[in-house]
Amino acid sequence: MTYVRPKFRHPELVKNKLGYTVDYYEGALSTLCAGCGHDSISAGVVQACFEMNIEPHRLAKLSGIGCSSKTPAYFLSNSHGFNSVHGRMPSVATGANLANRDLIYFGVSGDGDTASIGMGQFVHVIRRNLNMIYIVMNNGCYGLTKGQDSATADNGSKNKTGQVNLFDSIDLASLAIELGSTFVAQSFSGDKTQLIPLIKAAINHPGFAFINVISPCVTFNNNVGSTKSYDFVREHVEATATMDFVPQMQEISVNYGKGSQKQVKMHDGSVIQLHKLAEDWDPLDRQSAINAVLNAKAKNEILTGLLYVNPDCQDLHHLLQTSATPLNELKKDVLCPGSEMLKEINADLR
Amino acid sequence: MKPTDIKDPEYFHKVVDCQYACPAHTPVPEYIRLIAEGKYTEAYMINWDSNVFPGILGRTCDRPCEPACRRGRIDEEPVAICRLKRVCADNKDDVKKLMPQGPFKTNGKKIALLGAGPASLTVAKDLAPEGYELHLYDEHKAGGGFMRSQIPSFRLPETVLDEEVNYILDLGIHTHFNHYVSSMKEILAKDYEAIFVGTGAPKGRDLPGMKGRDEGKANIHIGINWLGSVAFEHTNKIGKTVIILGGGNTAMDCCRTARRLGGENVKVIVRSPFAEMKASPWEKEDAQHEDIPIIDNHVPTSFVVENGKLTGMTFEKVHAVYDAAGKRKLVPIGEPDVFFPADDVLVAIGQENSFPWIERDLGIEFDKWEMPVVNEKTFVSTNKKVFFGGDSAWGPKNVITAVAHGHQAAISIDLMCKEKDMANDRPSPFVNLASQKMGIHEWSYDSEVVNDLRYVVPQADKKLTLTNRKKEVELGFDLPTGFKEAERCLNCDVQTVFTESKCIECDACVDICPTACITFTENAEEESDLRNMLKQPAKNKTQDIYVSGILPTKRIMVKDEDVCLHCGLCAERCPTSAWDMQKFFYNVTKVGKACH
Repeated sequence: MTYVRPKFRHPELVKNKLGYTVDYYEGALSTLCAGCGHDSISAGVVQACFEMNIEPHRLAKLSGIGCSSKTPAYFLSNSHGFNSVHGRMPSVATGANLANRDLIYFGVSGDGDTASIGMGQFVHVIRRNLNMIYIVMNNGCYGLTKGQDSATADNGSKNKTGQVNLFDSIDLASLAIELGSTFVAQSFSGDKTQLIPLIKAAINHPGFAFINVISPCVTFNNNVGSTKSYDFVREHVEATATMDFVPQMQEISVNYGKGSQKQVKMHDGSVIQLHKLAEDWDPLDRQSAINAVLNAKAKNEILTGLLYVNPDCQDLHHLLQTSATPLNELKKDVLCPGSEMLKEINADLR
Repeated sequence: MKPTDIKDPEYFHKVVDCQYACPAHTPVPEYIRLIAEGKYTEAYMINWDSNVFPGILGRTCDRPCEPACRRGRIDEEPVAICRLKRVCADNKDDVKKLMPQGPFKTNGKKIALLGAGPASLTVAKDLAPEGYELHLYDEHKAGGGFMRSQIPSFRLPETVLDEEVNYILDLGIHTHFNHYVSSMKEILAKDYEAIFVGTGAPKGRDLPGMKGRDEGKANIHIGINWLGSVAFEHTNKIGKTVIILGGGNTAMDCCRTARRLGGENVKVIVRSPFAEMKASPWEKEDAQHEDIPIIDNHVPTSFVVENGKLTGMTFEKVHAVYDAAGKRKLVPIGEPDVFFPADDVLVAIGQENSFPWIERDLGIEFDKWEMPVVNEKTFVSTNKKVFFGGDSAWGPKNVITAVAHGHQAAISIDLMCKEKDMANDRPSPFVNLASQKMGIHEWSYDSEVVNDLRYVVPQADKKLTLTNRKKEVELGFDLPTGFKEAERCLNCDVQTVFTESKCIECDACVDICPTACITFTENAEEESDLRNMLKQPAKNKTQDIYVSGILPTKRIMVKDEDVCLHCGLCAERCPTSAWDMQKFFYNVTKVGKACH
């Protein structure tokens, strides 16, 4: 087994605006199973951060437990990271974000870590609209413990041993929309042309950005009869739209030809450029997003792409009216203004 | 684009850059792996089969393999292939018992080989075990040709030369040394089935008519003749101040030899700019290391002779001017000529073919440059019994090219003697392609890519080497360094083989490839378009792209071979073994080894 990736890279790699080549955003060599969808998502994160000119030290990776939650080791080695307790990544992310609002918080979780043990934390972090990216690498099984059905396994899906799942699945995307997540997208690990722009838009979103990525488990859930296999997903995938994320200050030059165009302006002037494929769907309308997901489900399709976005949302810091300066940068004289100030405050309370 | 036909052995052959560039197509990565395993004898025999003179070439080869080495495209310098060859030659056990064992059953056919250089010796090596009676003629007292007369002993010790020449002579070759063949007609009149001409390019260029040339002739020497005279110990000293004219490897050998025969103030003076000199870079470095200045952009104008004795030379200073087509012209810069003193001048400005001994009425056609007309594939001249190879065929090249010619000419001679068609009955190369998979993540080759920079071959102390002409300068790699240098080889012969029917398009190979070689994309009509559609555009057109058939998503897999590290990570990360690492062995078939 090879544990070390050769250091040599293509001699003609382009540099981004910071002067880094893409390999500066790589992580350690993956120890996940060969062909794991999670590795493709990691590669998507690397590419998105490279293209977004993100300084790696401005980003913190957070995860819980599971195959998915190992992946932060496999991208952005030069970033901060916190591998937390099973299902408790949102708490750690919340604490970190409140202490330093200036970092980009990149949460990675799995279907077990989110839809089972972490469900309580998941719904509350959505409710609070914490400014973070929350990616679920969703393979419908517990890959780390030999592939038992997870809570996102579809009713009727067959696992590797031939057992059919009897329970309805938790649809994380619908749930997130329902709970008021301000950015909800769904994608497939085997489609980076869709996934990378989604990650870029999620990074740019000023609130909680959720991406549910179907990521086949090649070892335990890539069999005939599984609804999370490469083949099944490829056959049943339907996109809401093809999309591009156009950063601020960049001229929009994408030409999609015929079809319905839609531009979503983000808070900082950047634009999500959509070429709509789904009918009766408006990414700014929660109701239509829920309908689109349910309609697709009724047709046995997996709806991918951007589902819903509220670009004008207010994140937790706004709601709590916290200090604009990150807490970790406040000096002692600000944090402990002295006995005079205390007297004043006490006087106000009399 | 149509899918790549990997069943055509030439596709993967081209991926093995070093082997492809070697005129004799020596399986380089195969023997480098054997060196890393400590199997020096086996490594030597792989070499011996292909290039016949591993010990000689491991010291003196022109190394066309090294500029081709893939490592040079991703790292600062290529693998030291040539000097690794010397490692196996220096450390082998008895190899003689692994060579064909005579006496061979005779087939009753006699062949004459003219000139005992590398081309003729290769023909002899290939034909002797087949039962041919081989008669080798040379004007000198020992075999080796220019390897003996022109390569100085401090680069190639006589013991190494004798050993490898004798491996061939010991196959039962009838030698006729000290025998200058002065008439082709006489040879043709004898009962030889075929005559192979391997007489090299023996005539050194001179500066006839230059002012002072005749008056100063006692101290003006033709470089190759002078080197030969030193090698055969007819000459053992030279003046203190010496000028060498010329910028090729012969000039480098001349100046370094002059330093050892008493030359204290030795200079190389060359017409062209330093960077454009014909000498190999490492030979220029070695000369400079021995305190020999190389003065470029100086065109000789006269020999200065005073009182009947050469005192020096005058030169015109020039600079290189290039026209739109890139053609170079040396233009005087307008300064007065400069004088350099000299006790002796060595003229090493090139060499050419010369066939005064071949009568022109023997059906051997010569062209307007007085060169024989030779078939490029079969090496036969217009006389069906006469073959040419080595420098004598198309002018001066190098030892490894002569060896390659010898192998092919031997095949032609054998086919002719068996009344087969020389052009169409030639044997195909021997090819094998075998998976290296040992387990889930385990390969039978060392797939790890090391980051070491090229190791430098140590040299003997200059004080020793400059006082003894026969003291070898290079010491060769010691075994630990040889191992480390061998580990730098990327194993380009272990091929990435793609089976599209197994691919599930999970992208694992794309994500893991360190050098961004692999792309899944829609197809394009034109190769040039497809090259631009890749994850990292394939700009190096000398390297092929490997194109698969259509996959279930209607895309194709395209792999740019250019900077593939052959690290095997694509195959390791492939869940379905659609990628496999398979060792490709390609060997040019020699006489008697064809499949029947």
